[in-house]
Amino acid sequence: MSFEPKNPAIKWVEDRLPLPGMLHHALYEYPTPKNLSYWWTFGSLAGFMLVVQIVTGIVLAMHYTPHVDHAFNSVEHIMRDVNYGWLIRYMHANGASMFFIVVYLHIFRGLYYGSYKAPRELLWWLGLVIFLLMMATAFMGYVLPWGQMSFWGATVITNLFSAIPLVGDSIVTWLWGGFAVDNPTLNRFFSLHYLLPFVIAGVVILHIWSLHTSGSNNPTGVEIKDKQDSIPFHPYYTVKDLFGLAIFLIFFSAFLFYAPNYLGHPDNYIPANPLVTPAHIVPEWYFLPFYAILRAVPDKLGGVLLMFGAILVLFALPWLDKSRIRSARFRPIYKQLFWIFVADCILLTYIGGKPAEGAYLIWGRIATVYYFVHLLILLPLVGLFEKPKPLPASISEDVLSKKKPAKEEAANA
Amino acid sequence: MTTTTPEEENGVKRRDFLYIAAGGLGAVGTAAAIWPFISQMNPSADVLALSTTEADLSGIEVGSELTVVWQGKPIFVRHRTEQDIASAEDVDLATLPDPQPDSERVIKPEWLVMIGICTHLGCVPLKGQGDYGGWFCPCHGSHYDTSGRIRKGPAPANLVIPPYEFLDDNNIKIG
Ligand code: HEM
Ligand code: FES
Repeated sequence: MSFEPKNPAIKWVEDRLPLPGMLHHALYEYPTPKNLSYWWTFGSLAGFMLVVQIVTGIVLAMHYTPHVDHAFNSVEHIMRDVNYGWLIRYMHANGASMFFIVVYLHIFRGLYYGSYKAPRELLWWLGLVIFLLMMATAFMGYVLPWGQMSFWGATVITNLFSAIPLVGDSIVTWLWGGFAVDNPTLNRFFSLHYLLPFVIAGVVILHIWSLHTSGSNNPTGVEIKDKQDSIPFHPYYTVKDLFGLAIFLIFFSAFLFYAPNYLGHPDNYIPANPLVTPAHIVPEWYFLPFYAILRAVPDKLGGVLLMFGAILVLFALPWLDKSRIRSARFRPIYKQLFWIFVADCILLTYIGGKPAEGAYLIWGRIATVYYFVHLLILLPLVGLFEKPKPLPASISEDVLSKKKPAKEEAANA
Repeated sequence: MTTTTPEEENGVKRRDFLYIAAGGLGAVGTAAAIWPFISQMNPSADVLALSTTEADLSGIEVGSELTVVWQGKPIFVRHRTEQDIASAEDVDLATLPDPQPDSERVIKPEWLVMIGICTHLGCVPLKGQGDYGGWFCPCHGSHYDTSGRIRKGPAPANLVIPPYEFLDDNNIKIG
């Protein structure tokens, strides 16, 4: 609104298409709570990872052949022959894991600080839509190298749909374009794997649009009340996000250069064989909690429903959580439940990677039940009965009350 | 507010140093990260490995021509007649757009080996056509003589001679 470009060329564009003004508002003047911690860096890191995946993916597509006879070899060709092909492929493969790490932290940040509550319900929903799209994209991408894990992962996951009564088998045949996972399946997965990241990019724009309409939440969960509470996005958060990015890149590079296959499965370096299933098939780590839920249920349809339910229930979170206080900092009981829930999710991840037998099965069931108990029973009840700690009157008050001891120390020194 | 960055002589601040150091490092890092994405489009190792082609000349009769593929490009191997050679040698070089004696374009006069790609915009010229008894490019009308030299039309240069050698009397290695 108050954007007055000095550069005549930018002004010329602005008068005809107010894009420079939008960008200026979003990346420059956007009034941001002055107390955001590094937990608020993961959104921009997720955006960075989306760009990394798209750029490396486009490069891989230049050298990859989506055909059952050539796919595996074309990936080896990328690894051995293409200039820096090994680097770009490892960036893309490890990048998917980094993307999920960052988005999981981003989601748990939202859970801890109650960022899903009014007026940010739609922002939360858009985030979940991104999450679902990411899972579909990652799954189809993993099929492309056409190794044993690719093939059997594709078989198992597409067969989930056969649990649907009456039409299940027809749907699976339709997904495959045949009577088994084969060349038509590989071709459509490649097409969709290329398409979906751009759909994600579109939803990210809506996500950020919605964010900028309600404004960012912050560690106190108290909204911005006056000018004192906010600072412009640039330079404060551009620099903070860039610093976060630098640290994150060190973490990413550690995997990329020192353990590029650590997060993958060695069986995927065996070419796909439709006649032999590997002894122990597991999905990529970021799907493990959902895989554990699937296997916890001794019924085909039930397992599939519960697995999808585990994500869908998150859409109802803004209404399940009855507390009007956002931040867990002021919710003594919820705060503890939050950490138990985190532990439960880690347990589910661990169980998902173990064979479905004996104690693993029992623990898998306990963890699954607790997942839903937390979201469907504990969350609504705690909101009704918990006595919150007093909230600060404003973000500024909260920040200043914390600064005091530091200042006294400085004075004493 | 207190100033934490005292100004040094001639207006240079410690902040300035930090900005330049951080920005410079960022720029170098970004450039290093971009390079692999540019380099990947260059020929890969398996393409570079296919850099030579051998051709057997024994089956090519006088006056006829064989096209072999070298690095994905057509190579014309022409067994020239006495008349072809004579007309190629009997030219006033000063009248040529790209002057070059025939002797510089061959190892053995009866064998003319050249890349069959028009030096205008890359079409493959047709043999035995055009005003000079050599090749004619149908795309925009370039005429080449029996030495593959440009004589008329928009092409700026003679057909290119690839590096090649005779392995024995009947075999050549191109590349
Ligand atoms: C491609 C994936 C994603 C991208 C690029 C992305 C991007 C962003 C960015 C840049 C922000 C602002 C910075 C921040 O608060 O961290 C943001 C905020 C937010 N995102 Fe995402 N996000 C993604 C996925 C998700 C997912 C999966 C969810 C949850 C289901 C989610 C929920 C939220 C919420 C609730 C906010 C507002 C947070 C607040 O202000 O407290 N996002 N997102
Ligand atoms: S390409 Fe041969 S004349 Fe233009």
